[in-house]
Amino acid sequence: MMEIMEGSHAVANAVRMCRPQVIAAYPITPQTHIVEALAEMVADCRLDAEYITVESEFSALSACLGASAAGSRVYSATTSQGLALMFEVCFNTAGLRLPVVMSIVNRALGAPLSIWNDQQDSIALRDSGWLQFYAEDNQEATDLHYVAYRVAEDRRVLLPAFVCFDGYILSHTYEPVEMLTEEQVDRYLPKYRPVHRLDSADPISIGLFASPDYYTEFRYQIDQAVKGSMQVIREAGRQFGEMFGRDYASPVEEYRMDDADCAIVAMGSICGTAKDAIDEMRKEGRKAGLLRIRTFRPFPAEEVRKALSGVSSVAVLDKNISLGSKGAVALEVRDALYGSGVPVLDYIIALGGRDVAKKDIKSVVDMAAAGKGDLFYGLREEVLR
Amino acid sequence: MISLRELRIHGRGGQGSVTAAELIAVAAFAGGVYSQAFPAFGVERRGAPVQAFVRFDDKKIRLRSQVYDPDYIIVQDSTLISDVNVFQGVRDGGIVIVNTEKPLRAPVPPGVKVITLDATSIALKNLSVPITNTTLMGAFAAASGEIDLGALEKAIRGRFTGEMAEKNVAAAREAYARVKEVA
Repeated sequence: MMEIMEGSHAVANAVRMCRPQVIAAYPITPQTHIVEALAEMVADCRLDAEYITVESEFSALSACLGASAAGSRVYSATTSQGLALMFEVCFNTAGLRLPVVMSIVNRALGAPLSIWNDQQDSIALRDSGWLQFYAEDNQEATDLHYVAYRVAEDRRVLLPAFVCFDGYILSHTYEPVEMLTEEQVDRYLPKYRPVHRLDSADPISIGLFASPDYYTEFRYQIDQAVKGSMQVIREAGRQFGEMFGRDYASPVEEYRMDDADCAIVAMGSICGTAKDAIDEMRKEGRKAGLLRIRTFRPFPAEEVRKALSGVSSVAVLDKNISLGSKGAVALEVRDALYGSGVPVLDYIIALGGRDVAKKDIKSVVDMAAAGKGDLFYGLREEVLR
Repeated sequence: MISLRELRIHGRGGQGSVTAAELIAVAAFAGGVYSQAFPAFGVERRGAPVQAFVRFDDKKIRLRSQVYDPDYIIVQDSTLISDVNVFQGVRDGGIVIVNTEKPLRAPVPPGVKVITLDATSIALKNLSVPITNTTLMGAFAAASGEIDLGALEKAIRGRFTGEMAEKNVAAAREAYARVKEVA
């Protein structure tokens, strides 16, 4: 049944139905409504979980790491500076192969301080070994949590996962969402059965050091697991579609790409605005299309190559910047298209909450058609003087 | 044929503009259309100018930008008019509801219907506080036809409880009747 509610509350409800046994989180704007709602559910006995209040995000993810190592299904949520504070623990969680699921309510990183949306925070953790999913709307923001737990806990994967959705633009928006029932979630997401767990009755050690003779092999295996998770994502996404009608088998979504001349590539909520802009451009006879990246880690290079091989230009909208280089999505897309001759132009856009309207999408397409790109879109004149 | 309709609410921090947007979206969805409500988050101080937005459509709403060409505008506080161009981008044939006890002196764009209402007095009478959001929701229901008064009352009762809910419903009803008279 469709219900209308705030994105944060829809996500909190989805998380409740995933039945996490331990939640540790530290409130930070714009993530706060999620963890407030979950704390209330635990207090009201609507969710049977241990809710650990902590003094920082570092402690939040450390508690999650420990609880996951002890064999629990765990959850956290954060954003921006909070995620930055988790940096060390993020790498450890992935290295220890612990299937923690964490919502990232995407927000810009300081300095200067910004509470508004872009995707710099999760992108900055792209090398950490966490799977990364990006939602276009609140329906996906909820659904991807079920999928993320399924994939993360799969014995072929055993890796943590971020479910990323845009701060304010999705988290604080009221819109209709079709919520699953507890019975449906239970059928889709079985109880977590850890392969190994810390147990005082049967002690094991995890997370010891690796000498130069072995460290590389550990990294190789983690990399293999991240890459191999693509197959599991396809299976879990397809099964979700079979059970509930919304298919997440593909790590990308193609929108009006069949005969597209210029392809926009983007992640997250900006894709909704792009779709509306593309419909208007199509009416004007301009053949624009969209390739939306839903899974950024593992990166779906094969699907990207397939979808973009026939187009005459690719305009990547990056809500992040690898300072001194380019946007992270453009770098991946260029790598995927290496040798194809398809020009890939990068547009750094919507940083720190700057709004993107349909006209902005259209002007990016115009610029790409004219071969103008690899720039910050919409810069104020004064910084160019 | 454009099926998308958009509302922009201008208010000051503390006047409940975000709540108004949310409850209007809830009432619209109950009436069988797709709706979307979201705030323009800025400096969240009491008294600072704030905006909130609602979209209505017969199909799923994908657009995520702020509202630049509204069909409807609600101005919760007429003192905003000297600080903010509240009429910016309003569509031809648009409806603007302004909370004021005096006739509007600001220049109104041609083709726009302005409805003035002393929402502060209605709110004070019903709620004993000058918080006008629920009053203006009633006025919006009457002026726009986008939401049904019954659905609005249900949305208000879903957010507030007990006496507080009934007082807000009474304020919305009074404004609804007042606007229906002049419309």
